[in-house]
Amino acid sequence: MKTRILGFVALAAVVAATLAALFVVPADLNQGDAQRIMYPHVASAWLAYLSFGVTALGGILWLWKRDLRFDAVALAGAEIGVMFTAFAIWGGMMWGRPVWGVYWQWEDPRLTTTALLLALYVGYLLLRRLTEDPERRATRAAIVGIVAAVDIPIVHFSVEWWRGLHQTATIASPERALDPAAPMVFVATLLGMLGAFTLAWLYLVIRRYQLARAELAREELARLGRLRAVQAAALQSQQEGAR
Amino acid sequence: MSDIGFVIVAYAVIVGGLGLYTVTLWRRMRAARRDHEGR
Repeated sequence: MKTRILGFVALAAVVAATLAALFVVPADLNQGDAQRIMYPHVASAWLAYLSFGVTALGGILWLWKRDLRFDAVALAGAEIGVMFTAFAIWGGMMWGRPVWGVYWQWEDPRLTTTALLLALYVGYLLLRRLTEDPERRATRAAIVGIVAAVDIPIVHFSVEWWRGLHQTATIASPERALDPAAPMVFVATLLGMLGAFTLAWLYLVIRRYQLARAELAREELARLGRLRAVQAAALQSQQEGAR
Repeated sequence: MSDIGFVIVAYAVIVGGLGLYTVTLWRRMRAARRDHEGR
């Protein structure tokens, strides 16, 4: 019930933030209307980091505690993280074409490391399909999830470490935290979108976790059913041999 | 395509994608529950 309420609140927040970004905030002096794409783009990128952080944490906790609930959390983070990474890339491309003149540039470190991040976690999800044994699957996935998380700080700091097309942080840098380079109306809208998307993210992570648990229960039942069938067949052949 | 066109396409995919994923999750959840109750 609480999750359902969270879902409604998240929906209302996303609708309100989208309307504010599209119709309330003025167009940027330099970027024009394309600047409106920044709000869901930045929010998606932040949630991609958060999701894959959750996946790494879930993996660590699985390896430590051997509780499959942590693997379910890791899976939820990875699947939702892939979606938000794809959104961040898509938003960036749609913004890049009118502002930079190109959709994509492979020489840019931020773009390339983000594409790598997406590939790593798509690989994580594919890896999970290779085995039906839940414990082996969780262990393999945990290792990949933890190793892949190394790319998160590389993506984030790539704009500081190397020169590229992508601009450095406008708001979330220590020296700009109290005096951001963007006007306050843009910052407030961005924070609103971040809050709304984070609520939606939280709702989706909870729902995906619940689904992962239900899928695991279904797998257990199927395995039990197969085991019973094998036992019944063995018993039958024993009885036939005894006759 | 104009700037507005890019804005519309960007939001359609991102906000639409969020909605689509949510609906897909509900359907997968319902199917998992149905399977569980059917056994």
